[in-house]
Amino acid sequence: MSHTDPSAPVVLQATGLSKSFGDLQVLRSIDLTIRKGEVVALIGPSGSGKTTVLRSLNGLEVPDGGVLTVGDGLELDFSYPISDVHRYALRDRSAMVFQAHNLFPHKTVLQNVIEGPTVVHKVPRDRAVADARELLERVGLLEKQDAYPHQLSGGQQQRVGIVRALALKPDLLLFDEPTSALDPELVGEVLSVIKQLATEGWTMAIVTHELQFARQVADEVVFMADGVVVERGAPATFFTAPEHERTKQFLDRLLNPFG
Amino acid sequence: MTPDTWDLVQEALWPLLRGTLVGTIPLALVSMALGLVLALAVAFARLYGSAPLRWLARAYVSVIRGTPLLVQLFIVFYGLPSIGLRIDPWPSAVIALSLNVAGYAAEIIRAAIQSVPKGQWEAAYTVGMNRRLTLQRIILPQAVRVSVPPLSNSFISLVKDTALCSLILVTEVFREAQEIAAASGEFMTLYVMAAVYYWVVCLALSAGQSRLETRLERHVAH
Repeated sequence: MSHTDPSAPVVLQATGLSKSFGDLQVLRSIDLTIRKGEVVALIGPSGSGKTTVLRSLNGLEVPDGGVLTVGDGLELDFSYPISDVHRYALRDRSAMVFQAHNLFPHKTVLQNVIEGPTVVHKVPRDRAVADARELLERVGLLEKQDAYPHQLSGGQQQRVGIVRALALKPDLLLFDEPTSALDPELVGEVLSVIKQLATEGWTMAIVTHELQFARQVADEVVFMADGVVVERGAPATFFTAPEHERTKQFLDRLLNPFG
Repeated sequence: MTPDTWDLVQEALWPLLRGTLVGTIPLALVSMALGLVLALAVAFARLYGSAPLRWLARAYVSVIRGTPLLVQLFIVFYGLPSIGLRIDPWPSAVIALSLNVAGYAAEIIRAAIQSVPKGQWEAAYTVGMNRRLTLQRIILPQAVRVSVPPLSNSFISLVKDTALCSLILVTEVFREAQEIAAASGEFMTLYVMAAVYYWVVCLALSAGQSRLETRLERHVAH
């Protein structure tokens, strides 16, 4: 589905991101560029640092070093303490879909979706509701607008999580293993929503273990291990002709789990 | 039961009810309300305060929970006058009871806030909320649901603890019972009556608690 235009504006650029938890260095100088309309899939074994990279892009983790530049000239240099103003500005540019959906259990589907727009961005309530209903309609959940999250299936919850993120109209959508917590038969409905978003031109970074999905949806695949980017490339070459031994091992194990 | 005793019961019905309505119940309500406000402040201080504030909040909880309520009442009512601070029985009782219930409620509220999963904070942050908005709109509403049962227990205990205020001359149901018992010699009758009054009030509170819990649980899976 490669539709990256090398001249498309850069939405987000990370240079030399590094991060330690105590003695454990989870990120070692990560570089990442995401252009408008591009879909980047971050893959790698657990503990490779891919989720930490994603969370750093949204300010949920603060790297110890490196620079993050966001589209319109917001630059965060993590060698210095990050002010709350900058952190909120960073969060404003992106929206996150979590592995465990993290919907607000005391709010209905509709209330979950309009919470950010009305409370944070001061969008008038009726406009926020109209936007939310349109988005819910697109993922086939309009009739669930007054349900509470616990009344939905896992796949429906995750689709609401996606709509909650879309309602923020972010420049960049972040997905943290969006299907890992789902029963296998519910994975498809969530992945097809994400594919749909890709064709609509949303800019996305996705941490995933679903290699077939990454292959279909991504413009660039970034393979991480032990806190570094081992290899990156267009899916066509990445999956058929990986260059590094570590990548080959990983792909082999996941694509042929029984040898 | 002799006819005399029966007459005494009928005579005592109203004074004990008056003691309940103007003493016990308002004392418990006012102390609980003030105690909850203080408890919220102490819980926030413990969770989000600066180091000295956190230390102060812990010390407060430790002292309150580590000393008897009766001693706390006596310090306020009989102790403070010796350093020149004389407070009437009723306000003394309210001060001691609310300080006391706040010590316990602060821990309940702190635990309830901490029981809300970290993912809720993160989800609120990613929709753009700051810490204050997150607490107010996402965390506290969920913490309230968790804390209603233990806080109801605190409130029911508080209702019964108001009996101790009879010892600092507050006119409430137990003091009324004591006075009538002393005058008539019918200790068993009057103290059993007082017990029934407390029990009825607590029954009503338990019913209220159940209704509140049902309402708050509406949106949550079991």
